[in-house]
Amino acid sequence: MNVNQSVPPVPPFGQPQSIYPGYHQSSYGGQPGSTVPPPPYGAYNGPVPSYQQTSPQGMSRAPPSSGAPPASTAQAPCGQAAYGQFGQGDVQNGPSSTVQMQRLPGSQPFGSPVAPVVSQPAVLQSYGPPLASAQVTAQLAGMQISGAVAPAPPPSGLGYGPPTSLASASGSFPNSGLYGTYHQGQAPPLIQAQGHLGIQTPQRPAPPQASSFTPPASEGPRMPSMTGPLLPGQGFGGPPVSQPNHVSSPPPQALPPGTQMTGPPGQPPPMHFLQQPGHQLQQNGSFGPARGPQPNYGSPYPGASTFGSQPGPPQPLPPKRLDPDAIPSPQLNELPPQQKTRHRIDPDAIPSPIQVIEDDRNNRGTEPFVTGVRGQVPPLVTTNFLVKDQGNASPRYIRCTSYNIPCTSDMAKQAQVPLAAVIKPLARLPPEEASPYVVDHGESGPLRCNRCKAYMCPFMQFIEGGRRFQCCFCSCINDVPPQYFQHLDHTGKRVDAYDRPELSLGSYEFLATVDYCKNNKFPSPPAFIFMIDVSYNAIRTGLVRLLCEELKSLLDFLPREGGAEESAIRVGFVTYNKVLHFYNVKSSLAQPQMMVVSDVADMFVPLLDGFLVNVNESRAVITSLLDQIPEMFADTRETETVFAPVIQAGMEALKAAECAGKLFLFHTSLPIAEAPGKLKNRDDRKLINTDKEKILFQPQTGAYQNLAKECVAQGCCVDLFLFPNQYVDVATLSVVPQLTGGSVYKYSCFQVEHDQERFLSDLRRDVQKVVGFDAVMRVRTSTGIRAVDFFGAFYMSNTTDVELAGLDGDKTVTVEFKHDDRLNEESGALLQCALLYTSCAGQRRLRIHNLALNCCTQLADLYRNCETDTLINYMAKSAYRGVLNSPVKAVRDTLITQCAQILACYRKNCASPSSAGQLILPECMKLLPVYLNCVLKSDVLQPGAEVTTDDRAYVRQLVTSMDVAETNVFFYPRLLPLTKSPIESTAEPPAVRASEERLSNGDIYLLENGLNLFLWVGASVQQGVVQSLFSVSSFSLITSGLGVLPVLDNPLSKKVRGLIDSLRAQRSRYMKLIVVKQEDKLEMLFKHFLVEDKSLSGGASYVDFLCHMHKEIRQLLS
Amino acid sequence: MATYLEFIQQNEERDGVRFSWNVWPSSRLEATRMVVPLACLLTPLKERLDLPPVQYEPVLCSRPTCKAVLNPLCQVDYRAKLWACNFCFQRNQFPPAYTGISEVHQPAELMPQFSTIEYVVQRGAQTPLIFLYVVDTCLEEDDLQALKESLQMSLSLLPPDALVGLITFGRMVQVHELSCEGISKSYVFRGTKDLTAKQIQDMLGLTKPAMPMQQARPAQPQEHPFVSGRFLQPVHKIDMNLTDLLGELQRDPWPVTQGKRPLRSTGVALSIAVGLLEGTFPNTGARIMLFTGGPPTQGPGMVVGDELKIPIRSWHDIEKDNARFMKKATKHYEMLANRTAVNGHCIDIYACALDQTGLLEMKCCPNLTGGHMVMGDSFNTSLFKQTFQRIFSKDFNGNFRMAFGATLEVKTSRELKIAGAIGPCVSLNVKGPCVSENELGVGGTSQWKICGLDPTSTLGIYFEVVNQHNTPIPQGGRGAIQFVTQYQHSSTQRRIRVTTIARNWADAQSQLRHIEAAFDQEAAAVLMARLGVFRAESEEGPDVLRWLDRQLIRLCQKFGQYNKEDPASFRLSDSFSLYPQFMFHLRRSPFLQVFNNSPDESSYYRHHFARQDLTQSLIMIQPILYSYSFHGPPEPVLLDSSSILADRILLMDTFFQIVIYLGETIAQWRKAGYQDMPEYENFKHLLQAPLDDAQEILQARFPMPRYINTEHGGSQARFLLSKVNPSQTHNNLYAWGQETGAPILTDDVSLQVFMDHLKKLAVSSAS
Repeated sequence: MNVNQSVPPVPPFGQPQSIYPGYHQSSYGGQPGSTVPPPPYGAYNGPVPSYQQTSPQGMSRAPPSSGAPPASTAQAPCGQAAYGQFGQGDVQNGPSSTVQMQRLPGSQPFGSPVAPVVSQPAVLQSYGPPLASAQVTAQLAGMQISGAVAPAPPPSGLGYGPPTSLASASGSFPNSGLYGTYHQGQAPPLIQAQGHLGIQTPQRPAPPQASSFTPPASEGPRMPSMTGPLLPGQGFGGPPVSQPNHVSSPPPQALPPGTQMTGPPGQPPPMHFLQQPGHQLQQNGSFGPARGPQPNYGSPYPGASTFGSQPGPPQPLPPKRLDPDAIPSPQLNELPPQQKTRHRIDPDAIPSPIQVIEDDRNNRGTEPFVTGVRGQVPPLVTTNFLVKDQGNASPRYIRCTSYNIPCTSDMAKQAQVPLAAVIKPLARLPPEEASPYVVDHGESGPLRCNRCKAYMCPFMQFIEGGRRFQCCFCSCINDVPPQYFQHLDHTGKRVDAYDRPELSLGSYEFLATVDYCKNNKFPSPPAFIFMIDVSYNAIRTGLVRLLCEELKSLLDFLPREGGAEESAIRVGFVTYNKVLHFYNVKSSLAQPQMMVVSDVADMFVPLLDGFLVNVNESRAVITSLLDQIPEMFADTRETETVFAPVIQAGMEALKAAECAGKLFLFHTSLPIAEAPGKLKNRDDRKLINTDKEKILFQPQTGAYQNLAKECVAQGCCVDLFLFPNQYVDVATLSVVPQLTGGSVYKYSCFQVEHDQERFLSDLRRDVQKVVGFDAVMRVRTSTGIRAVDFFGAFYMSNTTDVELAGLDGDKTVTVEFKHDDRLNEESGALLQCALLYTSCAGQRRLRIHNLALNCCTQLADLYRNCETDTLINYMAKSAYRGVLNSPVKAVRDTLITQCAQILACYRKNCASPSSAGQLILPECMKLLPVYLNCVLKSDVLQPGAEVTTDDRAYVRQLVTSMDVAETNVFFYPRLLPLTKSPIESTAEPPAVRASEERLSNGDIYLLENGLNLFLWVGASVQQGVVQSLFSVSSFSLITSGLGVLPVLDNPLSKKVRGLIDSLRAQRSRYMKLIVVKQEDKLEMLFKHFLVEDKSLSGGASYVDFLCHMHKEIRQLLS
Repeated sequence: MATYLEFIQQNEERDGVRFSWNVWPSSRLEATRMVVPLACLLTPLKERLDLPPVQYEPVLCSRPTCKAVLNPLCQVDYRAKLWACNFCFQRNQFPPAYTGISEVHQPAELMPQFSTIEYVVQRGAQTPLIFLYVVDTCLEEDDLQALKESLQMSLSLLPPDALVGLITFGRMVQVHELSCEGISKSYVFRGTKDLTAKQIQDMLGLTKPAMPMQQARPAQPQEHPFVSGRFLQPVHKIDMNLTDLLGELQRDPWPVTQGKRPLRSTGVALSIAVGLLEGTFPNTGARIMLFTGGPPTQGPGMVVGDELKIPIRSWHDIEKDNARFMKKATKHYEMLANRTAVNGHCIDIYACALDQTGLLEMKCCPNLTGGHMVMGDSFNTSLFKQTFQRIFSKDFNGNFRMAFGATLEVKTSRELKIAGAIGPCVSLNVKGPCVSENELGVGGTSQWKICGLDPTSTLGIYFEVVNQHNTPIPQGGRGAIQFVTQYQHSSTQRRIRVTTIARNWADAQSQLRHIEAAFDQEAAAVLMARLGVFRAESEEGPDVLRWLDRQLIRLCQKFGQYNKEDPASFRLSDSFSLYPQFMFHLRRSPFLQVFNNSPDESSYYRHHFARQDLTQSLIMIQPILYSYSFHGPPEPVLLDSSSILADRILLMDTFFQIVIYLGETIAQWRKAGYQDMPEYENFKHLLQAPLDDAQEILQARFPMPRYINTEHGGSQARFLLSKVNPSQTHNNLYAWGQETGAPILTDDVSLQVFMDHLKKLAVSSAS
């Protein structure tokens, strides 16, 4: 109950938080204490539940693993069946993760079952064993115990079960069984548990009750308000509740988990279930929050299949780590026992991204995420969910690494968890969600705080009967202008709060007044300039013809605003090789006029009138021009190109037209012609792994930075399409796009037949997407923290303003915060991101996003409210920037160290005391190692032999503006089995982990990472499948490297093609399909993306890395 | 005397040569005492209907330093088939082709009537004529329209194989590519940046890429026309295209804000035109025709800034050294002009604007290259339209009256040396034995380049007698001069015109009368005027006037008959009688007086003065005044205010203006409409007569004169009043007291006063 109460108001949270720590401890290390319910279990259970709990909170992931092992032992017997019911997947995950790690001292006794792998032992040796994602280790002990004590199992089981992953592989099965049993049985026990807990129990109930509780939970006052306006139904405090729930749950965790579990039907893994219930509740409440992980687990579990698969995993294991142990795979199944554990770590026992994702999807994907409550962790980016804006910005706009910020910089330093927000100010929303309302405050412009200039937002406090308001950022008291005055109701809220988006929503827009415009003049509509390389290479590949043909129709789809009949955007055309050709396409002309500017050293725009035109007015001339361009240059022999002058020209053109705009550059080769920005080929692979490697990422000349600066000043955004046949120095060419908020697209060895679709699709998207121009973004924060660092595609001329010549819905800015003072737990931390931009119709606007975060004095709260995906986004960007200045090795080391510190801090401060040999991961961060490993193995940080310098530079800059979802899939690709699920099922098949072990040679898989798309065909795929997909009679007849699937009229073909289309639709760039046959030479390429495996370039496998990480942590702890 | 006049006239008709002295003083000392230098006006391409060109190469003297052309003055030994050079006395064998010659079978060049002969030689590839239009687009709409029409019209006047090119400029400079279908293509240059010829050629893609050398070898011949062909195309191929292009020509689109001049990149445009031709067609006949409607306002060669409130430089500014852009601009255009001259191209300037257009700075372009300079108020006037049309007038053979890339070589017999030339030419810096160290005009060379020539182009060539007093020339000795003009005829043929003349030597002491009688005062006046104008370009105006006065006084002292200190006794012989009057008018002429003229106008007048033939030059110095009245047939009258009578119609031709002035009474009559009454038809005829005569003049003259029709009291009567000798002014009106004439409100001295002073000074022993 307390919780609930506490929950709504911030402080309550605090309390819960305090609880959390408790939980954690209990769950992880502290279990004993937490275990309250069954002391004996407690110990074990404690841990387990703790995991579970943790997991629910976000910790969920961890728990599974940790829990798993124990669970496995105990549960296994009971219940796979149960798992089956729930979600098999989970089981596997759970077990796997935990299992491997465990090599507990204890393990020996029991441990054997858990099964640290022998090989690992070396690494883990000490005890490393129970890596348990969460606190793997604990498990073992727990496991055994649990196993020992029948009752224990259930709770633990629950805890573990879900986490199952932990459940040492060995245990997994049994565990599953156990789970099953537990679940069923558990429910009650849980309840009991709750009872024990007392306090917690109430909480639990609350969640279940969801609606009922929620209201209260949701901070009473707010809730109503929030819900009222927005969503009658859910509003309830769901959100608040949820949090409370979470909160509460965590605390209860150890024990409570059980209890919680009970609440729900206790399903399977206590944790999961618990979580699920919790989640569900939460979801109802609108929360459904982050805790997701656990739920996720739950979901996986459900997948009985997972279990089924488990057996599989074991198999893979053997191959993987050969060790003698491997041999008895069957036995393994039966008896996860110790022996195995000893020998190696079971990949299935370590935290599984897939599991986590699935759990979150299942638990939080069904209910809308309501943003009314401060500091809630949103669902994972991989989960489909709707957002209801009730005062905080949607996670589509802002995601934070942590939703609970340490109050002091000391804490923050101790934890080493970066405080960062990933902001996507113009993010596209699903059709179900309304785009931000536009508020017009008339001539006086948006209402702002006089001191800090923050914009009016829901957090501003109106006082003195509404005559004044206190700024929520700087506490300055401001007068309310007469025309804005409104009375307050009895709660101190303005009566019109719900009529005004800026008082009730997290995101909204203001119409800017002329004061916000350049030169105090309203901007003219922006322009698009297409600048086409017409050198020999471009002509030869057919690019120019293709492009011109496409442009003819594409120009009808320029972005327009609202219901505008035609786009306000004007277009212009330039072609170039060593010189530039401008075109006058004025509507009054009978034919276009070409103007050649050869003075590339001193670029200028040769014409004013007729260069930028309205498409409809000049259509005939434009069409004629586009018809003629390929003809005019058909016989060109010019191979040299210029580059900087082209951008310069575009920029000058916009300057002359006094508007902002975007340049679309289509470029083929290294600009070696004599001109400013001339480049030389400096590609030198010998530099790799040396201190000089960084120069490969640095621009060759400073000229481009200066140019970019001018572009930014003019609001000239540059999108670059590259079609290189060889080295083009992407690192240098991408400088301008990078600094102007543009995009770079690269099509190596472009051939019309093969790359046409990809290019055109990207081009269409790029041209059609809504863009803001000439933008300035500023992030304001509550006193106590401040934005110190920014990552993304933009330019900064001072330390606070992010200047974006152009900004589209795909571009993300990652902002890092640091403390400069103490934060107040009560008032939390507020972020306000204000983006001033020119819309594509030429309207000047301000888009405001507000987000309230919690503050904590306990580290555990921090760890419980983290989002690993966001963390990885930040860390990758930071590392990718680091390579510009430091040797790559140093960057990698920094990453590893930081990660180890984060985890060690957790272990030291939040986890219950346990053997040093145990790897204990926070639930919310249990995927940190696997993801981090992916970052470390990425082409930029550890290039393989086949990766070109250009590719690395390209990826480097690409990642810089990726959002969380993109980095997530980019670093950990999705691997979807196509033939496992029944053909009829329309849903996307559940992904499998990116490891070769998961591939069955009788199946077909689809792998995507947001840039690439592979269709992997196993060597022994059924002939029928081959026939129906490829229209050839046998595997051997399939063309390796095929880029297109034949259009066949059969369910499988339709389904696969449909799936491919839907995958492509999810990504901002078109993914070209490559069909890879097993054992084919192309498979090397494919394997590169199996990120859990050891990579050819020396990247560690997941397991190895986890062991390494464990070692690092232990070093830090010792 | 009559004989001398005839002789002079005959010589002029036959050879296009007028000498200041037709009998030459035989020693250097005597010659310098003659005051007026031994010099001639040469019209190298004087149109001669009776001179069919011969289709073979001239025969040259074999002495390498001489290379004079065989001419009627050579002694020929028909039997030995030898001829003696009359300049160096080298004996030369006739070439094999001449084996058949004999006294009765002479080649043309030996016949006396062929002292001027023209050879057609087959040398080098014949390149079609090239016309490169450089068009200012910062014009008023109707001006531009008129200009476009004129240009389009001109296409029809060009020979079909002539190459044309188009460059337009305003704020930017556009070089139009003419060969493309479906899209009009142009190369654009910034108007503010000076580019070297190489840069221009690189940017226009005229330099062949170094790479494809090997493979280009065989393709070389095709390559060349292709490359340049983009900008210069035969008229017959692209006249439709170009007509359309011209038709679509728009005013410079860059906005011109209130109080600003349009940005006009004339300097760069010319530079590019020069660079283009330099790279593609060096040493072939080409005209760069610049049409501009205002002063260059940016970039190299800018003459004035774009702020309207700062007016373009005036003479006053120049004297005060306040013309901040002038020197730099002049340097720019001089550089261009010299480059153009080296390449044998010429630059025309057609400047039509109410204000100045920077002709002062740009004058060297036409001056050094033999191009035209035309100044008008608007392109939409008949003055421009007809002048422009006249450029393309054809001779009786249907060829343009223009020639290109000429070199004029002068050879003299050893008693003479060449001091210099004044005219539309540049020195080729060919030193030789016959080059004097004393320079008059452009000297120090025996060869000049005249990039553009027409049948009236006339050079003043100055000589120095170097024969020493102590080595007398035998009685009856003759000095000879040979002018060899090699040029590209407008039919693209290479031609050589050779004129050889000889004059008698006379001992100035014993035969002064002969020399005196053979004085050509008209030629002398023009030649002295050219010297004066040439000096005026570089010296202060008053200095030049003082120099002229001193020369005149010295001449009068030398040749006048007078008693010392007795002005009244002063007489001049007939052959000198007009000379002081010419000098009087020259002193008042716009060539030496800048008052009331803008720098541009001065440049314009001087330009034409330096290239017109003797007759036209004289008109410029002393305008002609005709009178029409009921008292008799039209007659020339004194250029004097006393000629302005109420019952007369006056027609004045100043070369640059044709003024028809109706006397007071005539004007009243006309106002009363008598001319429309049948009974006063004679009045109508009287009114019509000067119009017809004016028309006749207008028809023939290039450039078209400004045609002014005014009457007594009309504001434009000032053109007349400023020219006539102010014999009656407000100062002496009552002294003269007659009702004749019209008083001129001026403080200028009249001819009478001038003569009085002259006499006084001439007879004075002090000077």
